[in-house]
Amino acid sequence: MNYHWNWGIFGEQVKSGDETYLDWLITGLGWTLAVSLTAWLLALSIGIAVGALRTTPSRFLVALGTAWVELFRNVPLLVQMFLWFFVVPEFLPRDWSLWVKQEMPAKEFVTAALCLGFFTSARVAEQLRAGIMSLPRGQRDAALALGFTLPQAYRHVILPQALRIVIPPLTSEFMNVFKNSSVAFAIGVMELTFQARQMQEDSEQGIETYLAVTLLYFICAFTANRGMAWIEARTRVPGLIARTS
Amino acid sequence: MGEFDFSVWGPSLPFIRDGLLFTLRLTLIAMTGGIVFGTLLALARLSPIVPLSRVAGAYVDLMRSVPLVLVILWFFLVIPYLTGKPVGAEVSAIITFTAFEAAFYCEIMRSGIQSVSRGQVHAAHALGLTQAQAMIHVVLPQALRNMLPVLLTQTIVLFQDTSLVYAIGAKDMLKAADVVGKNYNRPVEMIVLSALIYFAICFSLSLAVRQLQKRVAIVR
Repeated sequence: MNYHWNWGIFGEQVKSGDETYLDWLITGLGWTLAVSLTAWLLALSIGIAVGALRTTPSRFLVALGTAWVELFRNVPLLVQMFLWFFVVPEFLPRDWSLWVKQEMPAKEFVTAALCLGFFTSARVAEQLRAGIMSLPRGQRDAALALGFTLPQAYRHVILPQALRIVIPPLTSEFMNVFKNSSVAFAIGVMELTFQARQMQEDSEQGIETYLAVTLLYFICAFTANRGMAWIEARTRVPGLIARTS
Repeated sequence: MGEFDFSVWGPSLPFIRDGLLFTLRLTLIAMTGGIVFGTLLALARLSPIVPLSRVAGAYVDLMRSVPLVLVILWFFLVIPYLTGKPVGAEVSAIITFTAFEAAFYCEIMRSGIQSVSRGQVHAAHALGLTQAQAMIHVVLPQALRNMLPVLLTQTIVLFQDTSLVYAIGAKDMLKAADVVGKNYNRPVEMIVLSALIYFAICFSLSLAVRQLQKRVAIVR
């Protein structure tokens, strides 16, 4: 089979409207960024809380945190997307359910960001737990001996150190968020993968399309990586983490 | 609360079973192929021949930085140009997952090989084993054993990721659930069923891996 190359395809108009294919890709990039960044903020806040819960002395809280992590880690992301999109609204009270199904603005985006955020929060929680466990016991004991309450010890002693230790693993989680956001195509979010499939069908220039989209994902991951490296350098604990990146 | 009718689960079971068989077959083939090719890639990456290690490194980095859905679409698009004839979604999925997972198993095997102490290699050489023999009989068995829990955890991830063949319409378990859900007009119940099956399998496997982790640890 011979492939007919056409690099000018990005400037051409789509078959069904007056946009160009480039416009489609830019829209896709916008939604990919929106879903990924919203999900990441959600994942960080929930993940830090759940990760911290799993290191408390309370058995109940530890079990709660463990259940959270196991729940989100053992179901494929795609199935979780479907669960949030099709199943969760059915379990809401009737009025809410109708509102979510019929009136909620940007329904696909909200669902995808929530789903990806919760999914990633389980992974952030695992990293944070490992980070907290790697601190010397003495840090917690000393904080408590100085009269800090347990929440204060977490707020002022444990978390500020653990968060810095886990920046390298969180960097790869952050890059994963961009990759995983591609699954949102399945519930109709018009992100990069969705646009790639649409453009491939519409233009029949699959290779150019996928190359462009692959490049855009690269740029996202690379920027995320550099951003985290910058934060890592800025927040390094002098004398504790001897890492140069 | 919506109205649910879980009686659709009964008639769906034969379809779910067929789908699950494909999901399992895809997982097992991709795991076996992935570990074999992954180990070769790892050896290439660690090889003193610079071009070889560069090429292997580039391949692994490429696979690891592109979303899996996009890799699935890429292969589905490109394989027909390479083979000269269209291939089915299932065959395409098997090739894609083997190639994709090899990159991930490669990184695991690489750290496994690097975790074997240098003294082991020296001792093997001192005993007269060649480089290849030392790798096959001394280093790789230990690397495999050290990394067994991680390899299995990766396989659980792989098992979950196979659901993404949805993008090219291959008939895996999720697709079977999807089709039954549409036929009986009970999509919600079928999504719940597939989530429960995935959870039951992955959760029990991860418990098993945790047990195994304790048992295979080499006492030093």
